[in-house]
Amino acid sequence: MSKKQRKNPLSLKLDRRNFLKGSALGLAASALPLENADASFIEAFFQKHFREMNKKEIQEVLNRLEKEYSEQYKKHVTVKATKAMPGVQFGYGLDLSRCIGCRRCVYACIGENNQSRDPQIPWIQVLSFRKGDKWTDLEEADKYYNPATVPEPEHWYMPVQCQQCRHPACTRACPTQATWKEPDGIVVVDYNWCIGCRYCMAACPYGARHFNWGEPHIPDDELNPVTHYLGNRPRYKGVVEKCTFCIQRTREGRYPACVEICPVGARKFGNLLDPSSEIRYCIENKRVFRLKEELNTQPKFYYFYAT
Amino acid sequence: MIRNFFKAMKQILIGDRNYYLWIAFLSFFVIAGMAAYAEQIHDGLIVTAMRDPVSWGLYISNFTYLVGVAAAAVVLVVPAYIYNFKAIKEITLLGEMLAVTAVILCILFVMVDMGHPERLWHLLPFVGAMNFPSSLLAWDVIVLSGYLFINATIVLYVLYKLSLGKEYNLQFIKPLIILSIPWAVGIHTVTAFLYNGLPSRPFWNASILAPRFLASAFCSGPALMLILFQIIRKVSRIEVKDKAIFKIAELIAYAMCINLFLEIAELFKEFYSGTVDVASIQYLYFGLKGNNGLVPWIWWATILNVIALILFLNPKTRENMLTLNAGCVFIIIGIYIEKGMGLVIPGFVPGTLGEIYNYSPTHIEILITVGIWAFGALLYTLMLKFAIPIYTGQLRFSSTKKTDGEKTSSVDLEPIAE
Repeated sequence: MSKKQRKNPLSLKLDRRNFLKGSALGLAASALPLENADASFIEAFFQKHFREMNKKEIQEVLNRLEKEYSEQYKKHVTVKATKAMPGVQFGYGLDLSRCIGCRRCVYACIGENNQSRDPQIPWIQVLSFRKGDKWTDLEEADKYYNPATVPEPEHWYMPVQCQQCRHPACTRACPTQATWKEPDGIVVVDYNWCIGCRYCMAACPYGARHFNWGEPHIPDDELNPVTHYLGNRPRYKGVVEKCTFCIQRTREGRYPACVEICPVGARKFGNLLDPSSEIRYCIENKRVFRLKEELNTQPKFYYFYAT
Repeated sequence: MIRNFFKAMKQILIGDRNYYLWIAFLSFFVIAGMAAYAEQIHDGLIVTAMRDPVSWGLYISNFTYLVGVAAAAVVLVVPAYIYNFKAIKEITLLGEMLAVTAVILCILFVMVDMGHPERLWHLLPFVGAMNFPSSLLAWDVIVLSGYLFINATIVLYVLYKLSLGKEYNLQFIKPLIILSIPWAVGIHTVTAFLYNGLPSRPFWNASILAPRFLASAFCSGPALMLILFQIIRKVSRIEVKDKAIFKIAELIAYAMCINLFLEIAELFKEFYSGTVDVASIQYLYFGLKGNNGLVPWIWWATILNVIALILFLNPKTRENMLTLNAGCVFIIIGIYIEKGMGLVIPGFVPGTLGEIYNYSPTHIEILITVGIWAFGALLYTLMLKFAIPIYTGQLRFSSTKKTDGEKTSSVDLEPIAE
């Protein structure tokens, strides 16, 4: 496909398709009050869908984002787009008999994944249940428990995050394909393609998707500068975000931050396709269940009881 | 041609004092709404009361209601064109213009609900990456824009022909009119499926939802039209026969019967089976753990709907303008609550992880909503101002005759008596 490229005073690269897109919607965009109405805004506006970009185009986007983030947070920020490893399907295990509800995972996740501190948008929510209540009724759960010490007597805890479904309701709902399932099973969001309609949030049975209702704030010195395009790079207001099994770590063979931090070893992680992996051992030897099986979303997030 | 168009456009500037006051009144709210929207664009949707547990609120409620209003135009189209019921045929154009207005308002309500409205093009086929046929929202974009196109084409064609002093060729637009009937059912069905197709929200995931949507739409849309017709015939030369109004009121009565029946069916299923999924409907009708923000609203809506049904079933009260109008107002309010907040919010409460978040719109949300409604009223007024003189024959495009005065209306446009 030969694309006519031409330079213009703003040094934007426009092919005809993008030009047409722009002419149709440029007027609408110019009507919006834009604080940073500079060339990079226009480049971001015309940015193609991530999966339609070729290698070179992706690299251009990554360079632009690295420059933007580095300027904004006054330190060198890298944005990778590491691809899925072949022969890998990530799976997650959580040992309910060990979890003490300390929420260290929540805060490790916030730090690792550059979640907004104000307003707070934690990707992991820990539900607290009283023993003896009818436990399947999530209405009985308390998300905002605040005791002096954990675990509280007569309580048990169930952390919930993105379940990385095999049949995700969210990707089916998204009207723009801004969210999709990667080859290694991780459901991701392109924060530059999401229109913020929040239909995916209505569709998700696990409350795993979160919206940037306001401008996200991260102190410069707390920003994790090692980022992935589909994962922990800083987000924009008005887009949806979610847990990605720490795509920036796990695609390089590391554990997710929540697994690493867990003080009681309740969290397990690994390759479902590898018969010798820890996660396979848990699935084959423990009493395992998944959340809301009746909805047939088929999560790759397995809850189990080790004892 | 263009000169003629501008000549006709001038019509919207001519009016008496009341007309200018009305326009100024609406413009005030439109501007207030725009100012509120500017604030929302600047600060983000955090200025609304929506949050992760309740991620849709007043905007999407209004969208859902207005899709019903748009779809209801078909109630007039069916008897008018298919059975050639003349008394209604005369006013079909007004109904179709209302449908056009309602669809435009639907689009505006979706726009103001978006986190990134400037990325709307991502949603379009070919230029963007529309997730068709998987996403019901993509379907909704297609059916709504198609409906807008169909109705706008009919209205423009009829007006164009009439403006030249010719009778329009029914055969020419008949395929479009016939298409518009299933399409109207389609827009409301697709909108119902938008909610219906989410198994994570048991309150919406009931197969009765789409029929309920249609039944309630066929009450609220025509009720709104009845009020508008009476205003229009008062302030313009358009004649709307009482007979037509009573006929429509009768249709409303049937639709309301079905609507209430379906509501009872839903209540029975939920409360009699009493699974954990009863929580949402319990929140709506009786409150959940002391959270009962919606309870008085839904009961008022139900009471208003029942009263309206009684008024419209009885020919005596149906054919009395006072009780008829009261019934219309009751239905408009009743269905607005039922199909709006009463449908959207309980879908989110309790949340998928059991959270109860009490949503109540902020003043910004209310201002933007009022602004959009005022814009709709303004748009409809201006459209009428443009269309009515053409329709009644006061305004004619003609290369030989100057357009002025009632004398030029030589076309056979007199309302046909039954």
